[in-house]
Amino acid sequence: MNYTRILLAILVMALVTYLPRMLPLAIFQKKIQNRFVKSFLAYVPYAVLAAMTFPEILYSTSHLLSAAAGMLVALVLAYFNKGLLNLAPCSSAVVFVTEQGLKWMGML
Amino acid sequence: MAAEKTARRVPPAFFRGMKDGLPICLGYLSVSFTFGMMTTENGLPIWVGVLISMSNFTSAGQFAGTELILSGGMFLEIAVTTFIINIRYMLMSLSLSQKIDPNMTTLERCILSFGNTDEIFAVAMQQRGSVHASYLAGLILTPYLGWTVGTLLGASAAGILPLTVRSALGIAIYGMFIAIIVPPARSVKPVAVTILTAAALSCVFRYTPGLDGVSSGWVIIVCAVIASALSALRYPVDEEEEKQKEHDCGHPEEEAGR
Repeated sequence: MNYTRILLAILVMALVTYLPRMLPLAIFQKKIQNRFVKSFLAYVPYAVLAAMTFPEILYSTSHLLSAAAGMLVALVLAYFNKGLLNLAPCSSAVVFVTEQGLKWMGML
Repeated sequence: MAAEKTARRVPPAFFRGMKDGLPICLGYLSVSFTFGMMTTENGLPIWVGVLISMSNFTSAGQFAGTELILSGGMFLEIAVTTFIINIRYMLMSLSLSQKIDPNMTTLERCILSFGNTDEIFAVAMQQRGSVHASYLAGLILTPYLGWTVGTLLGASAAGILPLTVRSALGIAIYGMFIAIIVPPARSVKPVAVTILTAAALSCVFRYTPGLDGVSSGWVIIVCAVIASALSALRYPVDEEEEKQKEHDCGHPEEEAGR
């Protein structure tokens, strides 16, 4: 295993991860006054996370059905404000149970 | 590093940040666990996986980068792929730059921006008023520990967990995203509209022949920019509301005692 190559690759990855995070924060030190830009930036967090989640969540497990079951549980729990702590383990548990069922039915 | 800086007289906001970071920390444990398993299963020593997690502190980007390291990808290929996946951070950091305490020093900005992950960003943005350096440092510290420890555990335990358990853990990170975006969407209609627009656009990219080849990093940024711009045009943030928020954050003690 060529460790020099691996270490250099890790350094490259770290840099291209850090720079996009650091530059805007270091450069834009003043409050932006433009109302459109302000509104735009206020909606960014939700838009980014929504685009990352859907439809990717459906392909995050071994089977579409188990992922759909897990997603449904996550959406319902989030709607009733059950919090981050309960949500991730609950949807994982539902995926696990669904996949056991799918196995039993010979679908997985 | 951030902890040492504030060690002399640790402000309560730091601990409040650590506490708010705890749910993210637990969520990260399972995601980085999967990452750790992936590294050792492919023959990398444990310390390599841990080093990647500690130096990158990102999910999708480091998964993709590590896969390229394993498949013998060139440096340029690794750089470009990781960068495309990470472009969204530019948008997020720009958004965060408007949310943080305007008096935050450049050094503090340079250090704290390292911890601007999707989840930490989302939680920071949901705070009332502007976000101070000590709060942000705490909010980063606990998830960072979770990310590192999770990788270590996963890298050490690879092969012990059956495939079904690993498959079930795959959904955890999306569960976290849903937990972050759904509750505010319930009470604020423009937020709900933004989420639905972005999700619908993302589905269009995924299921339209021809568009499905676009890499996920670009898809995220295009969907997020269009959805946020449409919402900004339709539902401009109320100036008065902003002033009210500014007014609210004038009482950090009250907020801290919440």
